Amino acid sequence: MDFALSPQEEAFRTELCDWLDENTKELRQRQSRAGGFGPRGPSPQRLGGSSPQQGILDGFREFSSWWHKKLYDAGYVGIAWPKEYGGRGATIMEQVIFNEEMAKRRLPTGVGGLGIGWAGPTIIVHGNDAQKKHFLPRILSGEDVWCQAFSEPGAGSDLAGCQTKAVEDGDDYVVNGQKVWTTGGMDADWAILLAKTNFDPKAPKHRTFSYFLMDMHSPGVTVRPLREITGSAAFGETFLDNVRVPKSLMLGNKDGGWYISMSTLEFERSNSTSTIQYLSTIGNLIELAKRTRRNGHPLSEDPVTRQRIAQFYIEANVGKYIGLRALTRQLQGKTPGPESSVGSLLTMELGQRIEDFAMYMQGPYSQLIEGKYAIDNGMWQRSFLSSRGRTIMTGTSEIKRNVIAQRTLGLPRYTE
Amino acid sequence: MNFELDEEQVMLKTSARDFLQQECPKKLVRAMMEDEKGYSPELWKKIADLGWLGLAFPEEYGGVGSSFLDLAVLLEECGRALLPGPFISTVVLAGRPIAACGDENQKQKFLPNIASGDMILTLAFIETSGGIEASDITVTATLSDDFFNVNGTKLFVPYAHIADYFLCVTRTKNSQDKEDGVTLLLVNAESPGIQIEPLKTMTGDKLYEVVFSNVTVPAKNVLGESDKGWPIMKRILAEGQVAESAWMTGGARWALETSIAYANMRIAFGRPIGSFQAIQHKLANVAVGVEGATAIMYYAAWAIMVNDPDVAMAASMAKSWCGETYKQATFDGIQIHGGIGYTWDHDMHLYLKRAKTSEVTFGDSDYHREMVARMLNI
Repeated sequence: MDFALSPQEEAFRTELCDWLDENTKELRQRQSRAGGFGPRGPSPQRLGGSSPQQGILDGFREFSSWWHKKLYDAGYVGIAWPKEYGGRGATIMEQVIFNEEMAKRRLPTGVGGLGIGWAGPTIIVHGNDAQKKHFLPRILSGEDVWCQAFSEPGAGSDLAGCQTKAVEDGDDYVVNGQKVWTTGGMDADWAILLAKTNFDPKAPKHRTFSYFLMDMHSPGVTVRPLREITGSAAFGETFLDNVRVPKSLMLGNKDGGWYISMSTLEFERSNSTSTIQYLSTIGNLIELAKRTRRNGHPLSEDPVTRQRIAQFYIEANVGKYIGLRALTRQLQGKTPGPESSVGSLLTMELGQRIEDFAMYMQGPYSQLIEGKYAIDNGMWQRSFLSSRGRTIMTGTSEIKRNVIAQRTLGLPRYTE
Repeated sequence: MNFELDEEQVMLKTSARDFLQQECPKKLVRAMMEDEKGYSPELWKKIADLGWLGLAFPEEYGGVGSSFLDLAVLLEECGRALLPGPFISTVVLAGRPIAACGDENQKQKFLPNIASGDMILTLAFIETSGGIEASDITVTATLSDDFFNVNGTKLFVPYAHIADYFLCVTRTKNSQDKEDGVTLLLVNAESPGIQIEPLKTMTGDKLYEVVFSNVTVPAKNVLGESDKGWPIMKRILAEGQVAESAWMTGGARWALETSIAYANMRIAFGRPIGSFQAIQHKLANVAVGVEGATAIMYYAAWAIMVNDPDVAMAASMAKSWCGETYKQATFDGIQIHGGIGYTWDHDMHLYLKRAKTSEVTFGDSDYHREMVARMLNI
């Protein structure tokens, strides 16, 4: 047992931290000029009544592109990608260090994050030479922004229920259907798409889908922003009406798309830096408790408040060390053990508890989203509302419990 | 970066589990609940021969020279087997502090004898207040002519009836700062003026009231320095908290595995009850607790091994998390087993009772959350 970094890892961290220290100052200046948003997008003030103001969104985009270029020029975009595709070929440990340092400073990782984290790695593994040559450099440079079109109104947790069809017609597939929860869909240039290509009713469900790279600017693609609980729209509904996708843009084999989509979701799951973010939020919570007075005393002296915050801190650390056990297995090339699924369940629910308690601490002020009485300009209100999605996106907490019970603990599936 | 047991630790774990399955069946655990001594001297001897008692003592004093982390691996298995007897009290609460802070004579006198199984020690710490702060220490020791005169009552002293020596936490000075003026004394159990009275416990663990009336203790029996015993006591507390956490982790995993096995086997409404989501989700929650307990407990044991500055924080986090996890695992274990889980014949209640005992030993979960809050400067 040893938590130390190797000399090479230590050198990587030092180099990264030096670079970040040098560039963070300008980043913060630009960030506040553009409206003071965090890594997740435009900021809280826009919550509520009206939809996000266009000016703010433009400012955010301009800022992200600037930061992306900075990262790209320094070689910090797609560090996990192999060198031959323009990445750094970073080791798992280096990726962890990178994610940790970025999370500690609450720095955004650039534009087209879905391209770097999902689409790119999937193309690297399953794409042909032409696909790799065309798409990968454009993903890295931030030229193309990617989104994901998997879920449908009738297929969320049960993804195999997808109904969107892709029918062969000459050199193309013609795609019809509706996708939903398309994160960043309104701004995306390309999508990774899962669609049905085998209509034989006797075919096993998991062998009926193909995986496509779809141009979001194609005729027949309409994205309608889906306004979410916070009042802003991070994702959209995507309508596909006779969209022609060239056969050359199918990824992997026909009817083999299900397995590729599962590997994409693996890339998603392995990208977790949530406990570091929580530890930093807990720091803000402590600070809030110290400056909030209740019954003539700072809330930080209230025993219930102290118990709750300490419990969050313990849970975040338990999540962190469960994560380090999972990381050790990964480093040793072993298949994921119970740690991975158990850790994500713990942290997703912890995130909600923290946000809920932050609201509780504010008493009647927790209702205010802007104005002179609003605490921290409505920041907590926005993150409280968006935290309700944590136990739904990337697999609901119920599905996670089923997976833990059936795959890790070996309990039987319920069958009729 | 490697947060996994090494090969030798895995071997220690496996061999300990095999040994305890053979030598410490539930029949023995149940017999010891009723037994006056509360432990099996034959088994104690075997454990000594395996090197368990001196595992984390230096080799020059008859030990194996392994680390606290290795000891935690072993304690996890002892907790799983519900090993009855004075293992933690002798080794962790008395032997380890002597190894760390004792003088040469004390080390020579006690450590080889503990390691060989010939001497049993215990910690006389808690008093009627039930607390674990320096201000809770009121048993007095007054020095005159190279002898201390000890007076007062200690409670919840584990296995006092079989102990050869007590490591007694006394007050030797009344200062404003309660941490100043605490002295740890090694008191011969045969000394005149010591009276012990058994306390009847839920687990069948042997705990005692120990009354000291004008007990004479030579000044050379001070562990560490006079009046400056509290830092040693804090170290004992941290090691005790992590030892209990390891013990609890082992028990909680047993409760989880036993419940899974039952849920797979028990048929209701024509199918195994483990196929119902109500049961699956309960067990998934217990699994979060147990995996978390394993992770945070080993982190805390590692922190003790390397003397990390984060020791107190790690110990409090582990004790708090493991305490709640173990209790919940046995609550859910009984619930999943239904009627049979509620009976005396099923073993689950033995674990539930142990969980309640460990939960309150060296600070419960609320206490440790408050400690965490203080260390975070909230």
